[in-house]
Amino acid sequence: MLERLTKLLQGIGNRTIERMWRLGAAARFSFYTLVYSGESLRRPWLIVREVYFTGVMSLIIILVSAFFVGMVLALQGYNTLQKYGSSDAIGVLVALSLVRELGPVVTALLFAGRAGTAITAEIGLMKATEQLSAMEMMAVSPIARVVAPRFWAGVISMPILASLFSMTGVLGGYLVAVPLIGVDDGAFWSQMQASVDFREDIVNGFIKSCVFGVACTFIALFEGYDAPPTAEGVSRATTRTVVISSLAVLGLDFVLTSFMLSP
Amino acid sequence: MTDNIVEIDNLSFGFKGRLLHKGINMSFPRGKVIAIMGGSGSGKTTLLRLIGGQLQPNHGQVRVDDEVVHKLDRSGIYHMRRKMGMLFQFGALFTDLSVFDNVAFPMREHTDLPETMIRDLVMMKLNAVGLRGAHSLMSTELSGGMSRRVALARAVALDPALIMYDEPFAGLDPISMGVIVNLIRRLNDALGATSIVVTHDVHETFLFVDYVYFISEGVVVAEGTPKQLSKSDMPFVHQFVHGEADGPVPFHYPAPDYRRDMLRGHDA
Repeated sequence: MLERLTKLLQGIGNRTIERMWRLGAAARFSFYTLVYSGESLRRPWLIVREVYFTGVMSLIIILVSAFFVGMVLALQGYNTLQKYGSSDAIGVLVALSLVRELGPVVTALLFAGRAGTAITAEIGLMKATEQLSAMEMMAVSPIARVVAPRFWAGVISMPILASLFSMTGVLGGYLVAVPLIGVDDGAFWSQMQASVDFREDIVNGFIKSCVFGVACTFIALFEGYDAPPTAEGVSRATTRTVVISSLAVLGLDFVLTSFMLSP
Repeated sequence: MTDNIVEIDNLSFGFKGRLLHKGINMSFPRGKVIAIMGGSGSGKTTLLRLIGGQLQPNHGQVRVDDEVVHKLDRSGIYHMRRKMGMLFQFGALFTDLSVFDNVAFPMREHTDLPETMIRDLVMMKLNAVGLRGAHSLMSTELSGGMSRRVALARAVALDPALIMYDEPFAGLDPISMGVIVNLIRRLNDALGATSIVVTHDVHETFLFVDYVYFISEGVVVAEGTPKQLSKSDMPFVHQFVHGEADGPVPFHYPAPDYRRDMLRGHDA
């Protein structure tokens, strides 16, 4: 009995120490990423190339998802609003839901699944095939050459993708609400224009997407860089990227929303 | 400037409680091709990483060009590495770049040469390894031997004073092996560089190197020219050179008594 308890406590202790080490490694990694960012910002073509791979290549999944999310929002919103005789407010509901919450959050979740996993797998494989070691031996810092450009590409891409998500979602909502259901065209747009505030809604949504961009990209980069150089290691790291990024996005969303809504 | 480009003094290195090197002494004279040989897991590749400053020794020191590697700061190590080239076991080519861009990579990173000049230099390096015609291929389109040759062209892109080869013959067919052997010697002599070759391919290595170190159990167990070592009657060297399964390097991993182990399942 005592032996089992000791083993259990040892296990908990070992896991705690391991987590603390990993946390320390992540903090050091983020510090170096920022320190070496200057080098990659001086070579913007490296960032532009990564914006293409992380941002542009994620466009299709983001836009198609946004279109369907907008359409579903309009359908569900109309179903509820018509009970209170305020179906004209459907445009406001779609726009506010997208700009404040769904745009940044769903974009971040899709980004983690599409671009985040790609980043983790790519860096993990570069490590497993000694490409990062080769770079080190050529006196080129892998953090400056590989990590920092991808970090800034993710940070730049996310707000743009979230904005496009919101715009496409509104378009999807419009197509369902106006031509399909028959809500008045003018009411849809004018109520949206009157109710969506630039500072309160759009800027806050933009801030959220920037924070999610930092979190998702950093998690993907760290998991790839820290992955054991084996097939299993890379596979586990890729899974962790999706799980941790998703939880981080939802947790951060709550924290940011509570700050933004507090008077 | 001493005659040796690399000097290893009383080097000890280990991790996770296991000592891999126990007071190793080696010297690598300029202009020579020197092989480090030993069984798998004897710490040959780790020695290259210690010379390259990727690992820190527990005791002793590694000097490259009269500078103690592990006492240099990051920029000092990077400055020192510009004098080095390294060929990794499987080439470690950048998979998102073409053959041309792989070889041009160190030039673009460390020089301000115009693209036209970089093109000329890359083509010269690729011509030296016989792959000028493959410059537009992606690294994923190359065979093992071709990858190794492109990696060799990349390793010598900046005309380094020291070239390190980590298992350059692993997994190669006899023709590719012959090509790599020839290239290592030819490039070393043409560049006036020093080459350190980590390998366990005895017969090919003895044909082209100037000096050989044998390491086992963390120490240098034998050293000399290929001619001297071929005639050596030291048990370890004899076993290694003639590929004998058993000897000072045991065939069996330490295990309990065989008979008792086999009968254990039948006791119940």
